[in-house]
Amino acid sequence: MATFLEEVNEKINGVPIQACYHCRKCTAGCPVAFAMEHNPNKIIKMIQMGMRDEVLNSSTIWLCASCETCVTRCPNNVDIARMMDVLREIAIESKVPVKEKRILKFHEAFLSNIKSGGRINEPMMLVNYKLRSGDYFSDMAMGMSMFMKGKIKLISPRTKDMKSVRAIFKSTGA
Amino acid sequence: MKVSYYPGCSLHATGKEYDLSVKAVSSALDIDLQEVDDWSCCGASSAHMTNFKLSVALPARSLIAAEKNPGDVMVPCAACFNRLKTAQHHLRRDESLKKEVEEIVGGTFHDTVEIRHPLDIFYNDIGTDTIRDKVQKKLAGLKPVSYYGCLLLRPPEICQLDNYENPVIMDNLLNSIGAESMPWSYKTDCCGGSLTLGKTDVVVRLVDKLMTMAREAGANCLVTACPVCFANLDMRASENVRLPTFYFTEILALALGLEGPESWFRSHNTDPRPLLKSLNLL
Ligand code: SF4
Ligand code: SF4
Ligand code: SF4
Ligand code: SF4
Repeated sequence: MATFLEEVNEKINGVPIQACYHCRKCTAGCPVAFAMEHNPNKIIKMIQMGMRDEVLNSSTIWLCASCETCVTRCPNNVDIARMMDVLREIAIESKVPVKEKRILKFHEAFLSNIKSGGRINEPMMLVNYKLRSGDYFSDMAMGMSMFMKGKIKLISPRTKDMKSVRAIFKSTGA
Repeated sequence: MKVSYYPGCSLHATGKEYDLSVKAVSSALDIDLQEVDDWSCCGASSAHMTNFKLSVALPARSLIAAEKNPGDVMVPCAACFNRLKTAQHHLRRDESLKKEVEEIVGGTFHDTVEIRHPLDIFYNDIGTDTIRDKVQKKLAGLKPVSYYGCLLLRPPEICQLDNYENPVIMDNLLNSIGAESMPWSYKTDCCGGSLTLGKTDVVVRLVDKLMTMAREAGANCLVTACPVCFANLDMRASENVRLPTFYFTEILALALGLEGPESWFRSHNTDPRPLLKSLNLL
């Protein structure tokens, strides 16, 4: 059976993460490192040590904002941003408990909105997110004010050929 | 010049000022926009963060549709720009992925259109000289910092827009219309992007830092080229540090004397009109 390291590297399909020599440049420039449970370069070490559950359960993989600063600056071209995508995919597939539930709920609400209309309809997406996350009250005032300014419309144009959109979701397993 | 247009979902909703101002400026610069037929959402970060194949297939559907129009495709949202460029990169590089995606999408990707941000088209195809000649009202006294954010520039080998640590094209555009773009070192720092709903406190902290640094640089406003950045800057900053934020196209429209800016400014959360009135620009 493949080790956790091999599994991650195979999915990244690029520079293997053991090319990292832990200079910590990625962590130094990461805008959300301050909120992360483990720093980006520490996640690499943990994967090498086979700490599968700790990595997949950590808040880090959900907090990463995909800003791509780390990979742009890494002297060894380690693609940490892609690694974080891969770790989220593995976490979802293996159904481990997710640390930052609201962030995952947001992604789910977002994608299910595309699946049903081909484009994002912001009020529907927000309602869907709120139902999934149980985060009912934050941003209510802001939502009302945007509604009053005509920025949020209850009905917005959808993609006409929805058959092709649904087919994309079906065949990618999303 | 003829260019096709991929607005993305934001520009039809919270980013409507961006949509209207991109169209107004394009028409003033003789750029003829034709919307991509029946486009669909690019999937944004939610797709690539959770499902790689979906994150290539969704943009591929719209890219194939864009190939029916003449010219390159203009993509004003930095997030869409990044997702479309990334999908194109993978489709170019990986023949077997391309075959699979073509089957999923039910069309052939001919790779005949370039994906271009309006900053690039206005700066490189139209040019600051032409724009300077069309200025009706020089924006004297306006001291913006240019905020490029992440997704226009990174990763550089995919985006290929400008220098990824110190981009200048937005600064040069702003200077050509009489504003005084202020140097600062936060041009490409991240605002937290899509964490805005799932992790609002992180975004507030990042946005407050940007506002504080913009003030320190001597700026009286921020200028962005992305509806996601705009929403965060315009709505998430704490009251004691916030400055007005503009889309670069709103500012261009104001300088070119076009119809619309005042009504767009009215729908900002942080009202920029007091600043503009104090500078006699409105
Ligand atoms: S910047 Fe690259 S080499 Fe340095 S610690 Fe991060 S991943 Fe490792
Ligand atoms: S991509 Fe993720 S890990 Fe890398 S710097 Fe940005 S937030 Fe940090
Ligand atoms: S980035 Fe956002 S707005 Fe643009 S198409 Fe993608 S999801 Fe829709
Ligand atoms: S700055 Fe913010 S919104 Fe803009 S691209 Fe980066 S994360 Fe996205």
